[in-house]
Amino acid sequence: MEHVKNQPGFTDQSLIRNFCIIAHIDHGKSTVADRILQLSGIVPQREMHDRFLDRMDIEQERGITIKSQAVRLPWVKDGTEYTLGMIDTPGHVDFTYEVSRALEACEGAVLLVDATQGIEAQTLSNLYMALDDDLTIIPVLNKIDLPSAEPDKHAEEIANLIGCDLDQVLRVSGKTGEGVHELVDRIVEEVPPPQGDPKAPARALIFDSVYDSYRGIVTYIRMMDGELKTRRKIRMMSLGTVHDPIELGVISPDMIPTKALGAGEVGYVITGVKDVSQSKVGDTVTDEARPADEPLPGYQDPQPMVYSGLFPIDNAQFPELRDALDKLKLNDAALVYEPETSVALGFGFRCGFLGLLHMEIVTERLSREFDMDLIATAPNVTYQVTMEDGTELLVKNPSEFPEGKVKKITEPVVNADIITPKEFIGSVMELCQDHRGQMGTMEYLSPDRVEMHYTMPLAEIVFDFFDQLKSRTKGYASLDYQSAGSRSADLVKVDILIQGEKIDAFSAIVHKDKAYSYGVMMTKKLRRLIPRQQFEIPIQAAIGSRIIARETISALRKDVLAKCYGGDITRKRKLLEKQKAGKKRMKMLGHVQVPQEAFIAALSTEQATDRDTKDKIRAAAKKEG
Amino acid sequence: MGERPPFEVYIHVPFCLRRCGYCDFNTYTATDLGGGASRKHYADLAIREMELSKAWQESRGIVEPAISSIFFGGGTPTILPPDDLGRMVRAARDLWGLEDGAEITTEANPDTVDAAYLETLIQDGFTRVSFGMQSAVPHVLKTLDRTHTPANVTANVETARALGLEASVDLIYGTPGESLADWRTSLEAAIDLGVDHVSAYALTLEPTTKMGRAVATGRMPRPNDDDEAAMYELADDLLTGAGLDWYEISNWARPGHECRHNLGYWRNVDWAGIGPGAHSHYLSVEAEPVKAGSTCEDGTGESALSPGFRRTLPVEGREHVLPESQGKGDADLPSPFKMNSYPLDPWWQQSVPGAEGLTRASIRSWDIRHPRAWASTMLRGLIPWQGAETLTSSQDLEETVMLRLRMREGLDLEKLETRTGFRPSPGTIDDLINQGLIHTDGSRIVATRQGRLLNDLVIERILESIDA
Repeated sequence: MEHVKNQPGFTDQSLIRNFCIIAHIDHGKSTVADRILQLSGIVPQREMHDRFLDRMDIEQERGITIKSQAVRLPWVKDGTEYTLGMIDTPGHVDFTYEVSRALEACEGAVLLVDATQGIEAQTLSNLYMALDDDLTIIPVLNKIDLPSAEPDKHAEEIANLIGCDLDQVLRVSGKTGEGVHELVDRIVEEVPPPQGDPKAPARALIFDSVYDSYRGIVTYIRMMDGELKTRRKIRMMSLGTVHDPIELGVISPDMIPTKALGAGEVGYVITGVKDVSQSKVGDTVTDEARPADEPLPGYQDPQPMVYSGLFPIDNAQFPELRDALDKLKLNDAALVYEPETSVALGFGFRCGFLGLLHMEIVTERLSREFDMDLIATAPNVTYQVTMEDGTELLVKNPSEFPEGKVKKITEPVVNADIITPKEFIGSVMELCQDHRGQMGTMEYLSPDRVEMHYTMPLAEIVFDFFDQLKSRTKGYASLDYQSAGSRSADLVKVDILIQGEKIDAFSAIVHKDKAYSYGVMMTKKLRRLIPRQQFEIPIQAAIGSRIIARETISALRKDVLAKCYGGDITRKRKLLEKQKAGKKRMKMLGHVQVPQEAFIAALSTEQATDRDTKDKIRAAAKKEG
Repeated sequence: MGERPPFEVYIHVPFCLRRCGYCDFNTYTATDLGGGASRKHYADLAIREMELSKAWQESRGIVEPAISSIFFGGGTPTILPPDDLGRMVRAARDLWGLEDGAEITTEANPDTVDAAYLETLIQDGFTRVSFGMQSAVPHVLKTLDRTHTPANVTANVETARALGLEASVDLIYGTPGESLADWRTSLEAAIDLGVDHVSAYALTLEPTTKMGRAVATGRMPRPNDDDEAAMYELADDLLTGAGLDWYEISNWARPGHECRHNLGYWRNVDWAGIGPGAHSHYLSVEAEPVKAGSTCEDGTGESALSPGFRRTLPVEGREHVLPESQGKGDADLPSPFKMNSYPLDPWWQQSVPGAEGLTRASIRSWDIRHPRAWASTMLRGLIPWQGAETLTSSQDLEETVMLRLRMREGLDLEKLETRTGFRPSPGTIDDLINQGLIHTDGSRIVATRQGRLLNDLVIERILESIDA
């Protein structure tokens, strides 16, 4: 590594370029970022491993970036050493708020688009955010080494979108490294240096914070004005809390402690605090001794959009689940949870997530990092219910849905943007209508790709919409959505009864028109999943006291092995021992034994495709008239 | 020195004329499996194993009483010349002695025996023949790959009975394509034979058999548990009506004609299993012994057993398995019948047992399955076991519960408590009674017909309530 001249805390703002990379999942952001690190010389060749910036296992495996990271790297151009702050942003819609904070920390953004795919909906919405923030956009097509790349076509699409010339769209290959050097030079040339006031009281934007089990919270900050120094108390402006910074530093690409961080620089601060909620993304850090008057604008608390109950399969694991959630929360400020009791599933937590991916990541981390065996109930949104008598309540869980006369129910809606090749317009429209979407406008991005705008209930999106969209468009469509308030809807709660007993874990709030299909599908699924027992088990779906679907598991008549002579005895005993172990994974619902797998499978989404299901749904709906 | 429970000998004959599509037993159609393991030499090999067994018992301080029953199973024991069977019986008698009135049974394929054959058996002391009738309906027999005709069975059973042999027939129900009416035909045919004993087994579909594969790939309909339940009930009705009472889930007999050998299995007596894949069992020295010759009505008359019968040390729950390859070595070691063992041999194979070889616990062992490997292990002078395990007291308990609940004599809760210190909870017993799965008979619980069909459930509940 060459000798770096610009020292943290002592780097003139005019030499600093802070930028991020906006890209869709799989468009090669991490590969390009890796190349940049490599070219800058701060990562020795032999230490390069793919996707250096993505640190968590899940990120590496799924190839997506969940938490943004910020790297400081030197870049020499025309004999001058510049200091680049490269901020990695999450690409998924669930993390829009985190993306917006990351954008706030930059003056420029590289718009990275896969030359084989073109721009996607989430990239587009991030791009609009960046444009709103007046970031300098450097458009880049990646993967030009691939035979299927169509750089000319997609360059035109991008040029139309941001209003630049075709030849301003750079062409690179993260894989071969082609064009990456030119890209960084362009960043140095075009991205404006930070314009903070180095003399003003310190203001630093928290754009990310992660929990490190050895060091506590590592808070990533972008210095806007003034400077922060070690051994001077800092204050979190929205919380009003004061901390002693244990360490200030920059990431290059390892954590390097520094004495100070000056205006325009990107770095980190460690306070020894163990809880991410003490270091909220979007908050402003200032110097306690010489505090700023005003925090930086735009702070908001993350709002969970989707709720789901998480229950340990073995109820004895409840305290461990609590500990695990507490630990995850240190790392993930957006995660909220409160204890919940289910008749069927026992003790667990109702958790709020930013979206489905967030939920998946959390449950996966719980199982992987904390070894928890969990049942997650079907995700749902929050409903505002107004009763006839005027009382109002917020329903975060189907089991909280009130009995009695309901006057009005409102549910959250979103504006959904879908980009799709034009040949799939028809099936996307059909899908959106099926999901109670109202069509807005539709724009052609290029002669063969359109962006469609819908308003639709969030509840329709959280269930299985995205998977269906992908399957109907052969994977070509992309989706983005933003919250758009709420509206009233004709919703009912469907209960599932096993042997006459209501199983709260299977209750769902669904649109009246979908109640029958939910009821039929759920009862059929459970009939398949619950093993026969020595008595008949009716499985019913009901709205209030009205039964809308019914299946019956007939009584088990025979389970015995025919023979039990010499050698059979050992075999049978071993079988018995195996069954005994299997029974530990059964939940008793009344007298009925239900395998844990049944909960998991029943709560997973699935399309009704078979004839019998469709007939039954039609019949149930018809009977209703 | 105390008294051992009755001692039985099972002899497996691993040869068949042809393999039936439903059967996964350890049997071979080849006449010679190499390494001396041929049909011709089979009796010699089995006799050699008896000698090794006897030597093994002695090395462990196990002194068995005279044999109370011998059972030839297979395979097809009657594929061997009758004199071979006779030689094996004589050898067993010479080694252990034979109780007066001992029961000696062979399974017989109706195709392989005739009057002359049966007469030879009687001369050799056989008392009982169990015919593999399976069905009286030609299309069912065909699906089962059975070559005999129903007439064969009638002739053989009549001959056997005329000669004074006890005759039993085995039936199979639930064969793909078999209707309830077909099954009734078979049951009635069996009853018309006038036999005193009938075994009726639900077809157990084994995935590795020709039939198992045919069902798995949809070429044959899968047997349905509900149909089989109806067939079981029909069997129970018709057989009971004909004077044959159930005494075990799959066995019916006129009183006094129960198969004593099989009762021994369910009462956990000692037996030496001879032949490839055969299992042996030696009861724990603490466990309750069962008196020979007790019938199902007073089935558990037992005497106290003084502890320390075996030279024992309390070591439990060990299991050792001999790698298959070890048995296959073509060792040309001389001096058969002598335990040549090595320090690294598993505990049960050491000629001078170490501490763990002298366990007090119940022992189950199983012979090497392939006849050639089985034979060559004996050539090295070793008992041809593939593996053996000692049972923990809880495994012993599990087996007792699971075996007794299959029997008409039932599970004696008081005896169970005396012996193991455990008793199922009264709540569970009441539940099972209310659900019609068991009834009580003094201190015993006995499965009802529904409880026989749902026997696994009953066993599971009882064991659960003991666990809890």
